[in-house]
Amino acid sequence: MSTPAAARLSLGPLLFNWPVDEVRDFYFRIADEAPIDIVCIGEVVCSKRAPFLAPYMDEIADRLGKAGKEVVYSTLALVMSARETAMVKGLAKMSGDDGRLIEANDVAGVALLAGKAHVVGPFVNVYNEGTLAWLAANGALRVSLPGEIGAGALRHLAAMRPCELEVQVFGRQPLALSARCYHARVHGLHKDGCQFVCAEDADGMALETLDGQSFLAVNGTQTLSHGYVNLIAEMAELVAMGIDCFRLWPHSCDMVAVARQFRDVLDGHTDAGAAERHLAEITGGVRFVNGFYHEREGAEQVAAQPGAYQTGA
Amino acid sequence: MELVCPAGTPAALRAAVEAGADVVYLGFRDETNARNFPGLNFNRAELRAGLDHAHARGVKIYVAINTYPEAGNAGPWHRAVDSAAELGVDAVIAADIGLLDYAVRTHPDLRLHLSVQASASNPDAIRFYHEAFGVHRVVLPRVLTIAEIAALNPRIPVETEVFAFGGMCVMAEGRCSLSSYATGQSPNTDGVCSPASHVRYDRAGGKLVSRLGGFTINAYPDGEPAGYPTLCKGRFVTAGEASYLFEEPTSLNVAGVLPELMAAGVSALKIEGRQRGRAYVTRVVTAFRQAIDAVARGAPAMGGDLSAITEGSRDTSGAYTRGWR
Repeated sequence: MSTPAAARLSLGPLLFNWPVDEVRDFYFRIADEAPIDIVCIGEVVCSKRAPFLAPYMDEIADRLGKAGKEVVYSTLALVMSARETAMVKGLAKMSGDDGRLIEANDVAGVALLAGKAHVVGPFVNVYNEGTLAWLAANGALRVSLPGEIGAGALRHLAAMRPCELEVQVFGRQPLALSARCYHARVHGLHKDGCQFVCAEDADGMALETLDGQSFLAVNGTQTLSHGYVNLIAEMAELVAMGIDCFRLWPHSCDMVAVARQFRDVLDGHTDAGAAERHLAEITGGVRFVNGFYHEREGAEQVAAQPGAYQTGA
Repeated sequence: MELVCPAGTPAALRAAVEAGADVVYLGFRDETNARNFPGLNFNRAELRAGLDHAHARGVKIYVAINTYPEAGNAGPWHRAVDSAAELGVDAVIAADIGLLDYAVRTHPDLRLHLSVQASASNPDAIRFYHEAFGVHRVVLPRVLTIAEIAALNPRIPVETEVFAFGGMCVMAEGRCSLSSYATGQSPNTDGVCSPASHVRYDRAGGKLVSRLGGFTINAYPDGEPAGYPTLCKGRFVTAGEASYLFEEPTSLNVAGVLPELMAAGVSALKIEGRQRGRAYVTRVVTAFRQAIDAVARGAPAMGGDLSAITEGSRDTSGAYTRGWR
């Protein structure tokens, strides 16, 4: 079983459409300042955005690599057109060059990376031991598990652990993918002529119910939770289960500060209660959710059990 | 072109056979299938009787075992595959990699189809399921245009089946946790979406409000007919405006593009609706039987009037036409 010291933090791929110079600056700061071990880069949500980021990818990867981060190239999550297929093939071809690691977010990637060391991302359905074992035998070094998996299932998968396992612990929960672009739809546009209106919302566009309750967030063709998943109070339990990696999703809040809270809890330098209070400040009072982990509605926030927090000073 | 029709009960199975189905698909009465609704689906004895009835009339039976097995509890899914194989079904429709692996190792002669819940939407993914598990057919997710399906078919070694009519997922199937975010009940693991157990209708401010779990999905002024609160067909507020952001309450209907789908090389048309009653099955299957036969003769795809039974009396060809995106 892993020890807490071995637990690693990863940064998931940026899901939102930020201006590319901001993206570059974001990753440079992560490289220089964040106590993050693994950084996933690349466009996962919409192939139309990828050309903007492409010229910056080498520079970003280089800076992260020099800072000692494990750099992972993430594929698209929903692969439909010939162009999108070619994008995944291009990444798969690079696999292994200078130790490049690719994260498959569609089964196309799993197929193209067979027999090579790779990562399976959280957009591939891995719910049980049979699938996990199959993917590990196919070459997966690490599997990032889907967000709706609860603690009971995690325990079963961690007990088997044919490869490293990762769990999403911070950020809006990716909930759905579509061929249709809802950002374009809100603006009265179609996906083909979208004018990249998704760039207007750095953390996704808030969606409320008719009676004004915050519910979801729209990011182009993707739908996410409005609440931010926050499993800081569950970290000790996850580590004890044998989960190896903990994924933070990039948001516009101070991600270096977010990462420090998780790292400090993993290292026993702060208790989860204090870290949770800090996270509330860093995120400006977003609603936190953890229902999926507790096998409830994902939108629920289940209060930490007494004793679940590590005891602090 | 094969017409694949739903049955949630033995009566619906007989109705589909009678109305001209080439194939009836169904599921076992548990969480192993994606229409795990109370009072629906088949036990082993009912499946055996259904097989006898269908096979005697030259109709095939496919069994959907298309949810994702629960960690630590693969037993029900493995037993479902075993039962289907032992009873002699014509194919099993599955989505999970581990379950497909079990099926091909345990029952090498069992014909396997890839469920829409696997969301295999490109040649590399589809070829993978064929090469790794011997899958013979893929049910395509409702995300591809007809042009994309036409380009796909020559590049894959398996048949394609597409949804023709009924409830329409707006999201890529098998990759949607919206229902479980609101209700804790997941299409992938529990086989239900927006389950009735979590639906409430309340009266508030002169309106009938439909809720799913803790969330308002729609509100109807008095006199306006209220629909079922399927999450992705709800009315929500974005940028200060209320709209059916994801999709209007509408049904999929490909009758208008049937010749194009045939020309695209599609092998089978699937009617959604294992939760529907016998009368619905009779009506839709009859209409599509006539439509397919008409198009095969080179005649227009008439196929009767289905508008009265589409959701909100409206229908769409969905992602099959590019403008939908």
